[in-house]
Amino acid sequence: MAQRPKDNLAPLRLHIPEPKFRPGDKADFSDIVIPPVDVNQRPDEHVNPSDIHPLSYGLVRVLDDDHQAKGSWNPGLDPDKLRLMLRNMLTVRAFDDRMFRAQRQGKTSFYMKSFGEEATSVATTMALHRDDMCFPSYRQQGILITRDYPMVHMMNQIYSNRGDKLKGRQLPIMYSAKDYGFFSVSGNLTTQYPQAVGWAMASASRADTRISAVWCGDGSTAEGDFHSALTFAAVYNAPVIFQVVNNQWAISSFSGFAGSERTTFAARAIGYGIAGLRVDGNDALAVYAAMQWAADRARTNNGPTLIEYFTYRGEGHSTSDDPNAYRPAEEYASWPLGDPVDRLKAHLVKLGEWDDDRHAALLTELSDQVKATQKEAEKNGILGHGLNHSFETMFEDVFEEMPWHLKEQCEQVLEEQRDKFGPDWSAQ
Amino acid sequence: MATKTMNMIEAINSAMDIMLERDPEVVIMGEDVGYFGGVFRATAGLQNKHGKTRVFDTPITECGIIGVGVGMAAYGLRPVPEIQFADYIYPGLDQLVSEAARMRYRSAGDFICPMTVRSPFGGGIFGGQTHSQSPESLFTHICGIKTVIPATPYDAKGLLIAAIEDNDPVIFFEPKRIYNGPFSGYYDRPVEPWSKHEGSDVPEDYYRIELGKAATIREGQAVTVLCYGTMVHVVKAVVADLGIDAEIIDLRCLLPLDIKAIEASVKKTGRCMVVHEATRTSGFGAELAALVQERCFYHLEAPVERVTGFDTPYPHSLEWAYFPGPIRIARAFDKIMKD
Repeated sequence: MAQRPKDNLAPLRLHIPEPKFRPGDKADFSDIVIPPVDVNQRPDEHVNPSDIHPLSYGLVRVLDDDHQAKGSWNPGLDPDKLRLMLRNMLTVRAFDDRMFRAQRQGKTSFYMKSFGEEATSVATTMALHRDDMCFPSYRQQGILITRDYPMVHMMNQIYSNRGDKLKGRQLPIMYSAKDYGFFSVSGNLTTQYPQAVGWAMASASRADTRISAVWCGDGSTAEGDFHSALTFAAVYNAPVIFQVVNNQWAISSFSGFAGSERTTFAARAIGYGIAGLRVDGNDALAVYAAMQWAADRARTNNGPTLIEYFTYRGEGHSTSDDPNAYRPAEEYASWPLGDPVDRLKAHLVKLGEWDDDRHAALLTELSDQVKATQKEAEKNGILGHGLNHSFETMFEDVFEEMPWHLKEQCEQVLEEQRDKFGPDWSAQ
Repeated sequence: MATKTMNMIEAINSAMDIMLERDPEVVIMGEDVGYFGGVFRATAGLQNKHGKTRVFDTPITECGIIGVGVGMAAYGLRPVPEIQFADYIYPGLDQLVSEAARMRYRSAGDFICPMTVRSPFGGGIFGGQTHSQSPESLFTHICGIKTVIPATPYDAKGLLIAAIEDNDPVIFFEPKRIYNGPFSGYYDRPVEPWSKHEGSDVPEDYYRIELGKAATIREGQAVTVLCYGTMVHVVKAVVADLGIDAEIIDLRCLLPLDIKAIEASVKKTGRCMVVHEATRTSGFGAELAALVQERCFYHLEAPVERVTGFDTPYPHSLEWAYFPGPIRIARAFDKIMKD
């Protein structure tokens, strides 16, 4: 039974965070402070973390309201690189659209788009070296696309078909591509954080030159792994870059449930004594510049950096939720930092290096490419249509060598198939 | 091969020393394992000999220790983290269950996790409920991880070397009650040192004992006793005291399990008793009892008997009332031999 409060003491109150807007409300983000470009200037890469605390609370920006690249963070990329960045982001978008639709058509069980946050995986990867190791969360398909991982492999994985390199074992989008510096996606959140630190520590202990980069969302910063990882990285000065893609939403829970009502996610760095940056995540150039700065720091033994990309999840968490059930439908349109693709495009147009016709042609080209790749992937089958890997593969790779109990169970599943399909059924 | 009398700690230390020497990818880390050499001294001298980047202290976060180990393994190292007490392993469980154990499977061999997690386990040292647990069945229940438990210095060294060389994650539980001497279970009798036990005669050089092979400690005709860790020595002492012709099998490795050795013995004796220190319900004894009745039912003269710890937290002052010692084992022998 609850005790009555003592008469002379004020009753305690439990605070339950609540987002500012719910379905039916008009989203109004006018309270979000967007400092002008270069209020938060780029410090030297060798700076002491304790000298840059304001960067954990500010907002690193490059593209101004007039779509020009300005200030000390401007990475000064040439137009070809900017166009490639735009192309990579648009490829992710075209791929997402197609795969989302494939899920709706019943060709697979699940999909997750990254609409609105493409810059945080594409621009970041472009700022890394090709052999740096990425430890993604589940919304970083942009890494694979930027590193030219064959799109058909991604689709085969999503369809869990006989072409799937992961043998149909993983939920769609949980890719693994070691040769492309892309770690196996877990599905359990933020477990990749200490792993990225371990990889970076191993690299440093071997006098290697490669660094690691790791992504998680705003919601999953609450996991213990996040804090274990930051502690380890700080203790051993590991060459790792922590990235929090703050897209405001963890399925239906707003970022307040991870602590955003009180402070920024970048400011978590301050308690650990490591460098922290809060970045406009929809400004691809700012994202690139922040990653480049952090990578330079890591490469020169100046230790880890925590980067928060302030962005917005433009669509649902996955194919399994309807965002209109928990937030206003027009929130994304009201988002004060715009759309990363639109902004990069506008910048290129402003430079005279891009125009609407070329943009339209690129969209068509990418859409055709994705469609053609999809056809190729579907030749290997779609989920649940029989073109899966053999039944034996269910028991392989549990261990390097199959122990007796798995051999027995493997024989059992084959007998079950013979019961179902008749004695002539063959596993081949 | 030259041998030396070693206790369990010295044998474990020797295994790690040799592997650090032989394989540049081996890395040892854990709370207090570096300069100090571990709270049980298992890593004593290793940092001094092999350097700080190969043997080092860690922050107190088991989640971090295991998770960092998974990342090091992904890089290509062969980490051997120590969890100071098995009771402390739970904050690292997600990293073991969902990450280390699944890495080969979920990535179809793209990434593997050749990591050996060493941890002292079991009671009999007045450690109370946070320094006495035997959580081995949690790990045998996870697919993708091996569970090894040595009972002698000789086995500890050979099995630990095999575990470190194994390309899958291994949980290596060290029965801390027998670190310094085999324990008979008669806690009121003088403690015997390892030097009087043949298992302390340990080769100084490299050797390995294949994982998944049980050892027959005593051959017998009347009843098969399946046990591991500290309980091997307790069972041996009780069997000697009671004069029972029991066949004692030290499983050494719970997964993979030496089912052939178990089957052959039970089919010969017609009786089977399982002894472990861990709590009873859903303990590894339940798995052993099920396997024995599935495979040896028509050879059994009596129901499979389980002798275990009670389903309570490990108590402090009532430690010996909790411990599955000579009295509980003798009662079980009475029962199983009567039928």
